[in-house]
Amino acid sequence: MRSDPAEYELVAPASLQAAITLLAENSTWLPIAGGTDVMVQFAAGTLAARKLLSIWNLPELRRIEALPGELRIGAGCTYTNLRGNEIVAREFPLLARAASWTGGIANQNRGTLGGNIVNASPAADSLPALLVYEAELILVSARGERRVAYREFHTDYKKMSLAADELIRAICLPRRFSGYVHYARKVGARNAQAISKVCIAALGRIEKGEIKDVRIALGSVAPIPIRLVETERGLIGKRLHPALVALARKTAAAETRPIDDIRSTARYRAAVVGNVVGEFLERLGAATTGHE
Amino acid sequence: MTTNHAPKRDFSLTVNGEPKTVRAYPMERLLDVLRQELGLTGTKEGCGEGECGACSVLMDGALVDSCLIPVAQAEGARVVTIEGVARDARFRALREAFLECGGAQCGICTPGMILAAAHLLEKKPKPTLDEIREGLSGNLCRCTGYVQIFEAVAEAARRSAAT
Repeated sequence: MRSDPAEYELVAPASLQAAITLLAENSTWLPIAGGTDVMVQFAAGTLAARKLLSIWNLPELRRIEALPGELRIGAGCTYTNLRGNEIVAREFPLLARAASWTGGIANQNRGTLGGNIVNASPAADSLPALLVYEAELILVSARGERRVAYREFHTDYKKMSLAADELIRAICLPRRFSGYVHYARKVGARNAQAISKVCIAALGRIEKGEIKDVRIALGSVAPIPIRLVETERGLIGKRLHPALVALARKTAAAETRPIDDIRSTARYRAAVVGNVVGEFLERLGAATTGHE
Repeated sequence: MTTNHAPKRDFSLTVNGEPKTVRAYPMERLLDVLRQELGLTGTKEGCGEGECGACSVLMDGALVDSCLIPVAQAEGARVVTIEGVARDARFRALREAFLECGGAQCGICTPGMILAAAHLLEKKPKPTLDEIREGLSGNLCRCTGYVQIFEAVAEAARRSAAT
């Protein structure tokens, strides 16, 4: 049953400084940005927090800054902002594609990258892209700022290394992946508005016939989005051939921990993991042939 | 539970070009404020969780689901609902195309579909079929099978280009 709005407070400070000051005074505030997750809990009557702190549209969180070494995306940038940014499209296409897969246009106009991270759904489409691009997060509180690797941020299902008085200020992507083959695929019940059964983001680079570097991340196959560390290790320094692909498919399926739920089954997910990893390696091989 | 955490406050916003002030709880949904406080019942509630698009409105030019917007986040915003589209000459071709192509059947999804279409045509006056499908992908219809709706949007684009 829907919640009663009379039982909820919502304040909307005008600046990031004012927001973190409020959080420092009383950390029972729950930040709300575009509301695409928080308001769904409100609708379902499951929103435990009674005091909401709106960080929607704070100018400090809405910028995309292109520094020479990294792209710094404000945590309040929406999927629409990501899709409309030329550098994201050119250098981080897996993130642009994940943004285009998330919800419909109305959700993309409101849902934010920072919100997707703190909502911590194992099925979040943008998170595998952050894993392969080795994103770092800038966290801010009245105590100051700190920087953490996104890879170490989510620790278990819906658990993360974020203090109650902290906000994500920005997501930083190192600008060194332009020479890579980028691959992403979302497997869901339909194209739009579907939550993934499995989603993958992968990067690879072949030099002189050998796999120089490879990164593979998956969503919806474990309590948090994961990098396939073993699979990657088994590929680096090798030549791509059918036996190696077969081995990678097997290692990948063994590295995941999918479950049965309303959207899919563990067995189907494990099969799809092998298939998308196989498809990525095929693309990697095809894209590299003829370039040497 | 009876704990009352938030007193009602005044929120000012522009709705269909007219300045309005409403007295509401900050977490009241924009959808409910539009329908109940302002009597604009053209905006429909479908799923209430941002999946179906029946409650779509434009807020500062962006298509949004009004069921996911606490009214406090609409403070100072310019909101356009189906009632605003209905009396705006710029959307005449869109309205007529929906009627002529059979884009409206039971009517529950229609206001949201038209808002999504208006938002799409504003950004892409000559959309491809794929762009129409994507632009309307957050709006569910259980009657038409979508084909007539896509045709209506394509027809509206053709007519707007011709005039």
